[in-house]
This record gives sequence, structure tokens and C-alpha cells, in this order.
Amino acid sequence: MTAKTSTTEMVDPVPGAAAPHLPQRTELVQLLTPEGDRVEHPDYSLDISGDELRSLYRDLALVRRWDLEATALQRQGELGIWASLLGQEAAQIGAGRAMAESDMAFPTYREHGVAWTRGVDPLHVISLFRGVDNGGWDPVATGFNLYTVVIGAQTLHATGYAMGLQRDGAESAALAFLGDGATSQGEVNEAMIWAASFSAPVVFFCQNNQYAISVPLERQSRVPLYQRAAGFGFPGVRVDGNDVLAVLAVTKAALAAAREGQGPTFIEAFTYRMGAHTTSDDPTRYRLASELEEWKLRDPIARLKAHLSRGGVADTAFFTGIEAEADELAARIRSGTLEMPDPAPAAMFDFVYAEQTPQLAQQRADFVQYHASFEEGEH
Amino acid sequence: MATETLTIGKALNLGLRKAMEDDAKVLLMGEDIGKLGGVFRITDGLQKDFGEARVVDTPLAEAGILGTAVGLAMRGYRPVCEIQFDGFVFPAYNQIVTQVAKMHARSRGKLPMPVVIRIPFGGGIGAVEHHSESPEAYFAHTAGLKVVAVSNPVDAYWGIQQAIACPDPIVFLEPKRRYWEKAEVDLDATADPLFASRVVRGGDDVTVLAYGPMVKTALQAAEAAAEEGRSLEVVDLRTVSPLDLEPVFESVRRTGRCVVVHEAPVTLGLGAEIAARVTETCFHSLEAPVLRVGGYDTPYPPSKLEEEYLPDLDRVLDAVDRSMGF
Repeated sequence: MTAKTSTTEMVDPVPGAAAPHLPQRTELVQLLTPEGDRVEHPDYSLDISGDELRSLYRDLALVRRWDLEATALQRQGELGIWASLLGQEAAQIGAGRAMAESDMAFPTYREHGVAWTRGVDPLHVISLFRGVDNGGWDPVATGFNLYTVVIGAQTLHATGYAMGLQRDGAESAALAFLGDGATSQGEVNEAMIWAASFSAPVVFFCQNNQYAISVPLERQSRVPLYQRAAGFGFPGVRVDGNDVLAVLAVTKAALAAAREGQGPTFIEAFTYRMGAHTTSDDPTRYRLASELEEWKLRDPIARLKAHLSRGGVADTAFFTGIEAEADELAARIRSGTLEMPDPAPAAMFDFVYAEQTPQLAQQRADFVQYHASFEEGEH
Repeated sequence: MATETLTIGKALNLGLRKAMEDDAKVLLMGEDIGKLGGVFRITDGLQKDFGEARVVDTPLAEAGILGTAVGLAMRGYRPVCEIQFDGFVFPAYNQIVTQVAKMHARSRGKLPMPVVIRIPFGGGIGAVEHHSESPEAYFAHTAGLKVVAVSNPVDAYWGIQQAIACPDPIVFLEPKRRYWEKAEVDLDATADPLFASRVVRGGDDVTVLAYGPMVKTALQAAEAAAEEGRSLEVVDLRTVSPLDLEPVFESVRRTGRCVVVHEAPVTLGLGAEIAARVTETCFHSLEAPVLRVGGYDTPYPPSKLEEEYLPDLDRVLDAVDRSMGF
């Protein structure tokens, strides 16, 4: 199996009346229909056990619950902001679960699902949005880089990291996450040029969630995004981003090709941001409620649930168990957030440099003294 | 035997070679640095000896150079990035300021960024637009970066090696119009610390501060002033961030007068920061306000006018006169 553009399968990703801006027919890799029926694809097959299917479902359900809890915490004033992944769970879990332990992920700021698959504690991600930290987790130990807020900058980091893997003779790959809006960034285009020129073991995983905050895809591209890859000289694949099985299969193939020295692949995971861009956003100003309703019919979790139930892979007890586990997770996230200590004031001076400058050491000392003067009642 | 007469350019070349021999993780990246040896030939011969994986002719994309350097540094490499000319660093400015400078802090020390950004800087070579700029203040203003500006072959040879060995990202400014200046370099000597200023000429009347290409100008001014019976103390700052001002304070306490010289525009330039710090620390010793000599607040002019724009011996002496006459 190689990661290449399918030219054989033409599937309508939008059953029924599509929103006018969505392509009516396109090349879309799908292994699980929105109704939960398993379908075959000539280029991408997936042998998957019942255990693995249930485990995928568990990941999807738990990250959605985490996400909902975080949104609630923001609404209650406990987080400064939250970037919801609602609707993109399958794209993220599929991509994250496709990674080998030694691979390295380069996320944007929305890849909570990938973080989950890399073993990052949800509270470490929450700490960033609570304003306790600018990072929060150990990127080296988890193989999950810190969130990059400047759009697209991380795609170059992933490419450079992949060049390092090449030099080390490592059989690993880098997985660069980006959104549809990021494809307009110069740095993303530079990353793809570099990846191609050096045949770097990097996979560009673009979650096309249809909107860059409020701006729809047409403002970013005249062509389907996956077709851009051809211009850079490597394969581009469009996968149903709400189909966790297809995402898993396509990403696994692309990562394997990268590790084997076949260079980069661009994956466009065609999905939908069901929530707001962040908790500061109001999507009712720029999109129709009917559009959201259509996408709800393609919900990534509901379709896997239907598949599991119908195939007898999971029973009611299983789903009840996951629900209970999700509630426990939410409770842990809630209490962990509320108990999260603020950083020590002088912590902002730490780690600015590996070797601190005398100048900054002096500023820190002055700050500490200034702070202490209040405690001593001098002011 | 270990002392050689070297130009600044050749000293940098030998310093890079030494750093690459000492540490297999050092790699050079830039436009035209391989076969061509760089437009100033600073990397001449290095690709031939170290191969294309360690001396990388990159695509023509400065953000790409710095962005991939971040990823390589995450893999334990020590990328030395060449930006062809000062005015071409701005496409990479985002990566330098938002990523290279902040990764160590963002990761609470987990991801050090031992990245060196070599930039030939400053004017005086009769070039077209964007080839003569002095962008040091932008970088000195950014937490997480260190900024070095060497003025002579000795500091070029040792400084580039020290910069590469440093765990923090360093903008390494090379005085392009002085690339061909020569001096004796003792290749076996013990190097002075990188982040330290140095008194390069003793004097009693006025303290003159400079770095990079302006050190020579300041020394020329001191020579001319001596003929008129004025004694200038010249300090080569060597490092722009962090500033090592203790020797400066010590000097100003003796002379009571201070003139800062740089090619960059004076407004919000390094001179402004230095004037503030000297005033804060040496207020009672000062006989005159700290004066600045620098470029004007204009775009760098066409080369037929650059001699008017750039500080020279006469403009330094004019500032010395104003300081003495205050």
C-alpha cells in the first residue's frame, strides 16, 4: 500500500443537499460511511481488531468529553480561552493513532486529540489555556511538540526535524499539523518546498475544517487543498476527516512511506469545525445553522458507534462504561483545573536563556526584592 | 607557528571549520554557501570537506532556513544559518522572534535552541537597497536572543566558535565592509569571553563606545583626536545583547563623558539604551549628556549618499567636541 492520490474512487462526501461551497464530487478516501457502514477502498485497506475499534471509540469519546468540559470551564471563567476540537475528533485520533512511538508530532493549538494519543495529560494542555504556562508538557518525552500559535510556523519545524531524522538514519517520521487557513502562509509553502527538495520524512496533515476563523475555504484556495501537493512534487490525498478508520489508514501509509525514504505526503482531512474557532468566536455571524446540521449527520463518533453496535463489536455495557469513564475524566479535569496553582511570579524570568544573562539575573533580583517589599509592609 | 595573519572573512572561515571539526552536530545552512562558498566566500571550501549534509545549500527561503533550523536543533543539531545580507533577514524575522527566541522558555528548558544566525551587516560597500542595513536593535529587543557584533579577526575567529558552542540562539553580526581587514590571530590563545566588552584604547577625556564596523571608525577618531591633544578611550562593546557595561561605567566615571557610535538609526537604537543605562548608573560622574552618533531616521540611502549617512571620523569628533564643550 502506498500513499498516493486515489483516482479510482469517486465518493460524494456530502450526502443530500450540500452547502454550495462544498465540492459535490471529489476524490475522497472513506472506509466508514456516515451511516457506519464499512466500505473498501482500492488503495487503502485496514485490518483492525474489535479491541482496536473499541479503543478508537474510547479515544474519540473521551477527547470529546475533555473538550466539552474545557469549554464549560472557559465559560465559567476558569480558562482564558479554549480552542475546541468538536467535530474533528476522528481526524485527530486517526492521525495520532497512526503514529509510531518514535515519530514526532508538530501540532497547532487545537490538536488535543493527538495530544491524548501521545499520552499528554489533559491538564497539561489545560494549563496553557488557563494561563499557567506557555507550553505545559514535555515535548521530548511525549513526541508531541508544544502548541504553536503562529499559524503554520510549526510545519517548518517538522520539516527541519525530519531532516534531522534523515541525518540520524532514524526510521521515524515527523507529522506536521495545519489547518486550511495555514495553507495560505508563506512558511507552509516553504516547508513543502523544503520537504520536497530534501525528500524529508515528514507528513503534512491538514485538517480542512472549512473555516479560518470566519473566512471560508474559497478565500484560501481555488483548488481542493490536496491537489496543491502535486505542485510541490509529492502525493496529496483527501481523506474523510470524520472517518477515523480512513484517517488511520491513510496516515499510517503516509508515515510508512516517509520512514521508508519516499519523502513527504500531504493529507487533507476533510472535516468540519462544529464549534467556534475558540471560545471568543461567534460562528453564527458567518455561517448558516443548516450547514452545521448537515455536518452533524456526519458526526465522527456517531458513525463509529453505529458501526460497532451494528456489527456486534460493542454492546450497551461497553458504551455505558465509556460514558462513565468520560464522566470521571471530566471530573478529574475540572478538579485538576480548579486546583491548579498559579506559577510563582518570578518564574517568568526562568528559562528565557539556557545561560541566563547578568542583565536578566539583575532584573529578576530587583523584581523579587520589589515583590518582597510588599510582604514586609514597606509599601 | 600558531599565529596567522587573517582577514575577518578568513578568520570566520577557519572558526567555522574548527567548530565543525570539534562537533559533528554543527551544520551550516544558507543560500549559495556550498559550491560558491557564500557570496562573501565565508564558507569557502567547507562543503567540499564536510559534505552536502553538513554544508547545506538551501532553497531560496529565509524563513525556511530558520524554521528548519528550529527542527534540527530539536534533534540535537547546532545549525549555523547564513543570511546573505542584513536586509534579507526579515522574511525569517517571524521564525527568529516567535520561535527561535521563545522555544527554550516555552518548553521550560526542554528545547534549547543552539542556533547561530550569521548576518553580514552594515553599509559602506556601495550596494543597492537592502544590502547595507543594521538591524541589531530589532534582535536586541527580543528576549531569548543574544546578539554579537565582532569588529576584528581575533574576535571573528573565536567568537563564531563560542557562539556555536553557546546553548542559546545568537544573532552573529559580521561587519561586512571590514571582512578584508587583517590582523594577527593566535590560534592557540585562550579566547576572551564572548559576552564581554573590551577597552581597545585607553584615554581620559571622553569614552567612545562602538561595535562591529564602527570600532575602526572610533579608533580612527581617537587617533585624530590625539593629534589635537584629546585623549579618547574607545570601548569595543563586542556584544549588543546582553550588554556588558561594567567596563563602560568604570570608564565614564573617569572621563565624565560618553559618545555612542553605531551605523543604525539613532532613534531607539542601541545608543538610546546605553545612554539611559550610563545616565542611571553614572549620573553624578557625567559632565555632559551621553551623545549618540548614528544613521539618520531615513531608509538607508542610495549608495552615492551613504558616506553622508554613515558615521565617520569627523562626525565622531564633532560629537566629542560637543561633549567637551557642554
